[in-house]
Amino acid sequence: MANHDKDVKYVGDSRVVAEKHDGTPPSYSEFPGKSEPFWPDFLLKEWMVAAVGLVGFLVLTISHPAPIGDQADPNNTSFLPLPDWYFLFLYQFLKYPWASGDYVLVGTVIVPGLAFTALLLAPWLDRGPERRPNRRPVATTLMMLALVSIVYLTWAAVDSAASHKSANHQGGGGDTEDIPPVSEDASPGEKIWAKQASCIGCHAADMSGAGTVPGLTDVGSRLSAEEIKDVIVNGRGQMPGGMFQGTDEELDQLVEYLASLK
Amino acid sequence: MLKSIYNWVDERINVTPMWRDIADHEVPEHVNPAHHFSAFVYCFGGLTFFITVIQILSGMFLTMYYVPDIINANASVKYLQNEVAFGVIVRGMHHWGASLVIVMLFLHTLRVFFTGAYKKPRELNWVVGVLIFFVMLGLGFTGYLLPWDNKAYFATKVGLEIANTVPLIGPFLGQLLQGGDIVGAQTLARFFAIHVFFLPGALLGLLGLHFVLIRKQGISGPL
Repeated sequence: MANHDKDVKYVGDSRVVAEKHDGTPPSYSEFPGKSEPFWPDFLLKEWMVAAVGLVGFLVLTISHPAPIGDQADPNNTSFLPLPDWYFLFLYQFLKYPWASGDYVLVGTVIVPGLAFTALLLAPWLDRGPERRPNRRPVATTLMMLALVSIVYLTWAAVDSAASHKSANHQGGGGDTEDIPPVSEDASPGEKIWAKQASCIGCHAADMSGAGTVPGLTDVGSRLSAEEIKDVIVNGRGQMPGGMFQGTDEELDQLVEYLASLK
Repeated sequence: MLKSIYNWVDERINVTPMWRDIADHEVPEHVNPAHHFSAFVYCFGGLTFFITVIQILSGMFLTMYYVPDIINANASVKYLQNEVAFGVIVRGMHHWGASLVIVMLFLHTLRVFFTGAYKKPRELNWVVGVLIFFVMLGLGFTGYLLPWDNKAYFATKVGLEIANTVPLIGPFLGQLLQGGDIVGAQTLARFFAIHVFFLPGALLGLLGLHFVLIRKQGISGPL
């Protein structure tokens, strides 16, 4: 090996020589302990482990074939949109009232933008020479907080998707034993809401909304009864009209119920 | 015989220094799980690359059967899955690999973060790595639509609505991805092009840069 010279100055702990060098390959001789040649010793071990891992991966693909659903049908209004699991935390974030509706920019741009910019610029935000996690408490704490939030949001999204699914099943299945958990003394409008699979498909059984779909828990404070009825009948924006299932009388009861939510 | 072929090539293009740059280096003890098992945390980067190679190879085979138009896309995936020999395995590897590569990338990012390996002089390689992460998320987002089933269609619709809310560039970005007024034929064609040509091209460039910088700077020292 070439530069065993102890007088060579490196940039930090890297192998980049602080002074101009002649292009000879770097050496790890200054690191403590037993180093091992990459070729062929280390690579052989690496490939043996990789071969075992590959077999495990193949077993997974054979035992769990990749899912494929029915051909996309843009008119299918009862379908619950759900992204791949690694986007769920971002998706769940948009369900909170302070990150949706009028404040949707908080959920789509400001918070994710700040988080990803901070990640990109981490080397300039955390400039100290210390590398151990316990010696740089701010960086470590922030990353732990981000991790906990991501795990919590993903869990919350999976949880609410599961409850949506059961709500959809109850509404669409028409199984009398599966009537949603609406109490006996609920208003007629509330009972009608619980039967509307296509409304629940986007706005959620608890009316919390999803993504860019607004929640309905306070719809009465935003729209009058006439406006609500107009939106249900004629649609608005991404919401299609004419999805209500029931008589005109039931529609009026539902509108009355929604208008009372403030 | 092999030796004389090597010498013939070496005499003309001087292979030996290139070979040295790629493979002739030492693996220090603190990153070698054979010495300290806890050093397995240093394997996640290599595993990410390993699965990326699987993704590229399986993806190449998938495009031999996949048809990127709205009439045939879903049927071609079903045909590939149910009729083509080993199709279920190739598509399964691509499907599960997409999740696995995100997991490995995430663990690799955490390892680099918590060992403080992004500090001077490796700031630039950290930035390249985060860009690779973004490209991978883009590959995940665009690849999700390609089977053209209901789940994919409505998830993409929501994703594009979110893109449209971004101020200034949002409508432009949405139009660029969607290719028209609705999520439809042109959206699928664009997502296919982005998933198969644009993002893999960017990914290969960034990966190359990532590796050149690692070889140039070496692995960060022990804590």
